[in-house]
Amino acid sequence: MSAVVLYGLAGAALLLSAVKDKKKTRTALRKGWIAFAGILPQFIAIILLVGILIALLRPEVLSRLIGSESGWFGVLLASGVGSITLIPGFIAFPTAALLLRGGAGITQIAAFVSSLMMVGVVTLSVEISYFGKRAALVRNSAAYVFALLVAVVMGLVVPLW
Amino acid sequence: MVKKLLRSYLFALSVVAVYVLLAFTHRAVFDTAVETAVSGTWEMLAVIPPVFVLLGLLDVWVPREVLTRYMGPGSGPRGGFIAFILGSAAAGPLYGAFPVAAVLMSKGASFFNVLLLIGAWSTTKIPMLLFEFQALGAPFAFTRLLLNIPAIIGIAWLIQAVVPRLEVERIYEKARLRSGASL
Repeated sequence: MSAVVLYGLAGAALLLSAVKDKKKTRTALRKGWIAFAGILPQFIAIILLVGILIALLRPEVLSRLIGSESGWFGVLLASGVGSITLIPGFIAFPTAALLLRGGAGITQIAAFVSSLMMVGVVTLSVEISYFGKRAALVRNSAAYVFALLVAVVMGLVVPLW
Repeated sequence: MVKKLLRSYLFALSVVAVYVLLAFTHRAVFDTAVETAVSGTWEMLAVIPPVFVLLGLLDVWVPREVLTRYMGPGSGPRGGFIAFILGSAAAGPLYGAFPVAAVLMSKGASFFNVLLLIGAWSTTKIPMLLFEFQALGAPFAFTRLLLNIPAIIGIAWLIQAVVPRLEVERIYEKARLRSGASL
């Protein structure tokens, strides 16, 4: 769905640009390609790595470890696993839903989802190359603390709905 | 040239080596991993190429003065709002946001606004929110969203407060080099 919108948008913009100025359009494509080629190696490595991680983390084992009775141990485990890498939402949410049904606690799942999307140790080197060590480390650690905070709040609030 | 290319793919190649190993030792793990990696590749192809085409066009067509006016240091809450919307509307994993951030920085967006974009991209993305609603339910998705927005602003403030000016200038210099300022 979002793919159709994005490709349509990019196609239309490209066409408009080409009609207005062919030379500028070529430069634009070259710039886009340079940016893409620069990050492609990391893209490929991360996609492959996520494949292995998902294959190793079997939901039935994990959901037992992070059940609603698992307390802080479960929260730390869930957020630790979530922090390994930045996992795209289309894998993260169904996996989280599966874990919930398998008996995982809301608090633990909240920690898992937030750290999955905001904290990435594997992607840290890419982030550092763009933002420097300090900014990247502060962002990831702050996001990690926040993931724990969200987990606690969600554990209290969500059951009230 | 080849050596440089090889070095940048070193990490990817070493993961491929793990795959080869798994294919012989743990067939089931290998199969699931390949399946996930294939769907991950499709997800990337679905969103990343058009993002980079749009990025190139933005780089060429939007003058520096205009972007600075809307997202630069003096742009105030409106600049922050634009950064939030840009990040939320985006698709693709967070590391896709880094090149976008580099172009925006090279065009004069303020550091704080770029940090807002990164934060929004990581959690409040609209395509992902719909997914979250579906998978985990409205209470979960809504509560998380409400907590996320102040957190994104807070984290951006924190980073800005902690990173010294000189380092920010270095980050900007790198972003300018990266987005092919010479072209």
